Amino acid sequence: MTLLAPKIVAARAVGELARRARRGGGTSLPGKVLLALEPDAIPELAGRLPRGSMVISATNGKTTTAAMVAAVLGRAGISVVHNRAGANMAGGVASTLLAAARGGGRIDGELGLFELDEFWLDRVAPQLEPRGILLGNLFRDQLDRYGELDTIADRWAAVAAGASGRGARLVLNADDPLIADLGREAANVTYFGIEDPSVAVPEMQHASDSKHCRRCGAAYVYDVVYLGHLGRYRCPVCGRERPAPTVAAERIELHGTRRSEFELVAPAGRARVELPLPGLYNVYNALGAGALCLGLGLGLDTVVAGLGDVRAAFGRAERIAIGGVEVQTLLVKNPAGANEILRTLVLEPEEIDLLAILNDRTADGRDVSWVWDADFEMLAERVRRVTCAGTRAAELAVRLKYAGVPVDRLHVVPGVAAALDEAVAEADRGRLYVLPTYTALLELRGLLAGRGQAVPFWEPAGARRP
Amino acid sequence: MPELRVCALYPDLMNIYADRGNLLLLERRCRWRGIGFRVMASGLGDHLDPDGADLYYLGGGQDRDQKLCALDLAEVKRDALHAAAARGAVILAVCGGYQLLGHSYQLGDETLPGAGLVDLVTVRSDGPRLIGNVAVEVELEPGVRRVLAGFENHGGRTRLGPGERPLGRVLKGYGNNGEDGWEGVRRGSVIGTYLHGPLLPKNAWFADWLIETALGARQPVGALEPLDDRLEAAAHVDARRAAGV
Repeated sequence: MTLLAPKIVAARAVGELARRARRGGGTSLPGKVLLALEPDAIPELAGRLPRGSMVISATNGKTTTAAMVAAVLGRAGISVVHNRAGANMAGGVASTLLAAARGGGRIDGELGLFELDEFWLDRVAPQLEPRGILLGNLFRDQLDRYGELDTIADRWAAVAAGASGRGARLVLNADDPLIADLGREAANVTYFGIEDPSVAVPEMQHASDSKHCRRCGAAYVYDVVYLGHLGRYRCPVCGRERPAPTVAAERIELHGTRRSEFELVAPAGRARVELPLPGLYNVYNALGAGALCLGLGLGLDTVVAGLGDVRAAFGRAERIAIGGVEVQTLLVKNPAGANEILRTLVLEPEEIDLLAILNDRTADGRDVSWVWDADFEMLAERVRRVTCAGTRAAELAVRLKYAGVPVDRLHVVPGVAAALDEAVAEADRGRLYVLPTYTALLELRGLLAGRGQAVPFWEPAGARRP
Repeated sequence: MPELRVCALYPDLMNIYADRGNLLLLERRCRWRGIGFRVMASGLGDHLDPDGADLYYLGGGQDRDQKLCALDLAEVKRDALHAAAARGAVILAVCGGYQLLGHSYQLGDETLPGAGLVDLVTVRSDGPRLIGNVAVEVELEPGVRRVLAGFENHGGRTRLGPGERPLGRVLKGYGNNGEDGWEGVRRGSVIGTYLHGPLLPKNAWFADWLIETALGARQPVGALEPLDDRLEAAAHVDARRAAGV
């Protein structure tokens, strides 16, 4: 540890320089420097956390789920070391630990809470030796970067087996067959799932994956589909079926783009959760977060109160006011996530004003094919005006045109600043929904911060919390 | 009223790169012109009617699904596809589907059979996957050179046999193998390409060429009525720009 101290000082200095030079958030740079100086920095620093670490991964919902867990831990008075800005690869995790490191081998926090990128889970999770791993879902996403879904599932299986072997608790979504399979032979598994057919979709969405049994290859039969390929499924050939969840959501109510509620049913009892976030996807996030926290030994009351405290994570259903217009930003990254956002949007009774931003930079996935897998058809009869922006604005407009949106409602304005101004000026009903891809969200956020309309995401959470 | 009949092969398995975008382009562009459109599916084990469609579409899939389809193509659908090609029906195979058009696809120790419609072989390389934006110059009608722009992502390297013609010449990107400068294959109305998934939204002109060619094999059709393609043209320009052309 005496050896680590000067490296920490050096890495922090680099981070400070980067911040002053305004090079992005600089959220992962100091960590990358630290890892270059000390490859074992993550296990060394994480080992200082008296209550250990928890790890969260999923294709969709990582950041929000981690924010929910943080809110519950806040209620419980447990201080966390948390990569809340969403920098979720090795550099981001190391940066977060670096920021919390104190002299004398100490660390400022009791429990580590880390969301991890799907592709980095198998490299970073073992270094954290987590006491709990929450795996939420696996969807088709950025094939140019992540490769095939089956490949990721295999890598995750190794992580789950290793962690379980070391005594970690696995908290798994029973409704996702790829995730549920990770716990089939493990000890210490908590399954969570939805038990409410009233929120099911009538048929499986187009871009659904993993419809086939991983054990015998036969197509699963779904009694209920909740979202993408999540639901109540069984294999007609080998008989494998969705594991019965011990933590479940019942009697779900979805209130438009604002909020949702459900009954959280667990061995500890049952209680109504009032979630200030919209959509069934957030019910899943809350359910996973709740199951993880209950597994930590926190009480049901604390969990329910914490979930009620949660605030929208950066760009995930976050609302701000611009010139008298309420602007709600909903990050879209892949077909399954986009479908849930669209499904939530059309819960609103009125025609919608939309600013949709499609970028094709590395962090978005350079391949924009995925917009053709998302069910934009849901919007066909429901939008009043769509402003299409981003590096691939025109392809997005083409997608919406072929989804059935009348061409005279589509406006292509590639530049994000100009598009935002136009969309806000034209939003005559006082509400605008913004659907950006990841780098578009960063761009938007920088733009608004420059205008004093939003706080940069790399500032400490305290500055953002109400 | 003419009608375009499309048969989607294994649509629930071979759809990894949003292949339905291609079918959607064909459908809308027919309907907007008053041309009928009918799509049918042919899955694993299903008999394929060689006269049932004007255009057969085969998309891309994950390795496991691609393998299932390769076996089915070779055992169940091979003869029907050959008969369809012989009467001039369009066969469009994209990415993983393209890899199954030729003699074989070799994945390490395993060799998947192909449909044998064209003279080509594909070998999975230990090298990096060929991933990125791509632009190709094609000459579908003599003397008319046009550009197809799209995205490719493949681990296989495809090589055409002597005498087999590529779909086009790579302007930017990798194409069949990243070495010989060719992309795809074309033998009459049989077309294979690595430009994956929704290739047609970025190249609406190519969708129209496919519609014309597929309809024309059954009955003479005049030139298609032009559509308002301003958005499509802009998307094409963006895709070319992304590839650097």
